[in-house]
Amino acid sequence: MIRVVLPFHLRNLARVNGEVLLEVAAPVTVRSVLDALEARYPVLRGTLRDHDTLKRRPFVRFFACKEDLSLDPPDAPLPEEIVNGAEPFLIVGAMAGG
Amino acid sequence: MSKIRVLVGTKKGAFILTADGQRKTWKVSGPHFAGWEIYHVKGSLADPNRIYASQTSGWFGQIIQRSDDGGRTWNTPGSSPEELKGPEGFPKGESNKFVYDGKAGTHKWYDGTQHPWEFKRVWHIEPSLTNPDTAYAGVEDAAIFKTTDGGKTWQELPGLRGAKGHLWQPGAGGMAVHTILLDPKNAKRIYVAISAGGCFRTDDGGKTWKPITRGLKSQFELPDPDAEVGHCVHRIALHPSRPDVLFMQKHWDVLRTDNAGERWTEVSGNLPTDFGFPIDVHAHEPETIFVVPIKSDSEHYPPDGKLRVYRSQTGGNEWEPLTKGLPQKDCYVNVLRDAMAVDTLDKCGVYFGTTGGQVYCSANGGNSWNAIVRDLPAVYSVEVQTLR
Repeated sequence: MIRVVLPFHLRNLARVNGEVLLEVAAPVTVRSVLDALEARYPVLRGTLRDHDTLKRRPFVRFFACKEDLSLDPPDAPLPEEIVNGAEPFLIVGAMAGG
Repeated sequence: MSKIRVLVGTKKGAFILTADGQRKTWKVSGPHFAGWEIYHVKGSLADPNRIYASQTSGWFGQIIQRSDDGGRTWNTPGSSPEELKGPEGFPKGESNKFVYDGKAGTHKWYDGTQHPWEFKRVWHIEPSLTNPDTAYAGVEDAAIFKTTDGGKTWQELPGLRGAKGHLWQPGAGGMAVHTILLDPKNAKRIYVAISAGGCFRTDDGGKTWKPITRGLKSQFELPDPDAEVGHCVHRIALHPSRPDVLFMQKHWDVLRTDNAGERWTEVSGNLPTDFGFPIDVHAHEPETIFVVPIKSDSEHYPPDGKLRVYRSQTGGNEWEPLTKGLPQKDCYVNVLRDAMAVDTLDKCGVYFGTTGGQVYCSANGGNSWNAIVRDLPAVYSVEVQTLR
């Protein structure tokens, strides 16, 4: 199972507590994880990536295993620790101050 | 017994303020959608329990929320427990989907080049006067969308951008359809206002639109002060009994038209400054209008630190300051374009919210004011429902 951690506002929007567990067929990539996430929680469509182009929204970041994968190709395989559930896939709202 | 429900959109959530017809004791509910920017919340005249909200975020984009019980509970359209039992099955998440019709095209950019249209957020939702499942959304980058299924899906009315959209240009606040007025006597007629595109009218239900800007002069904002499009119209308002008479707060200037926008005439008269954002019309006196003068486009606060609503009972030109109950020193808030509304009780209530988080109510047509709340986040929008 893939473990996904959503940011506060999207947890509230999708009405979930804690991590989301997803079955994702291989190869496990950012795109396939987001596809599975949006299929489970359609309200999240458009909040992480554009409805039409599926490009990542500018202030949404993807972290895994202490790495920022936001700028990697969406079809690049995710680390084995994500695939086997040892580590969570983190979806993060970019930092903002003020 | 009548009841008043004030729907407030703020920088950090929505709030619902309720009172009986006396409008003295208020209950505050919220924040709803805490932490999100709520550009606009508006109820349906056809079904007051139906309320739409525009929830938006620089991080996570646009969400449309809907309540079917007067604001007690909310769902993204298509996802309420009742709807999930229906034949349409699992929600598709399309209530958040605003995609321009066909090829998006381009508009004028700050440097004079053409720039692609990019959807950012919904500024204003205007429910149909007769059908709670039909509503219009004014969006940034400027366009108008329509739903006929209670907000589950939205389709653009692309004819609006066909009205010389390539010449529209964003101001500092963006480029958005922020005002939508439905003509209560002619279901095919809709007015919209755009910063900075101007003012437009359709007479065929939204298929085709034409600029209605004759008489507007923007000598400080446009190279051609009399241009057909490009004016920074801040707000327009009408009285339901006379939908051919419109009032306008432009970037600078307050104006009126008596022929559905064919010709505008300035009625700024003795206002201390004719810059400002909101304008509204008394519920029972079609020639009584309200504005909130702001010092200038460089200083977005009231002149002399005195928060004053100005009222004209002559349809413009002759204005009186309304100050009783409003701060008359050290006040440097702004009042945004969608942040004023009126109720329809016999003694017309007038309401406005400020960027300092106050929502003021006058239960006597503006003669005196009281703050309903003082410490909300910056207020983006105020709408009022009169419940009988």
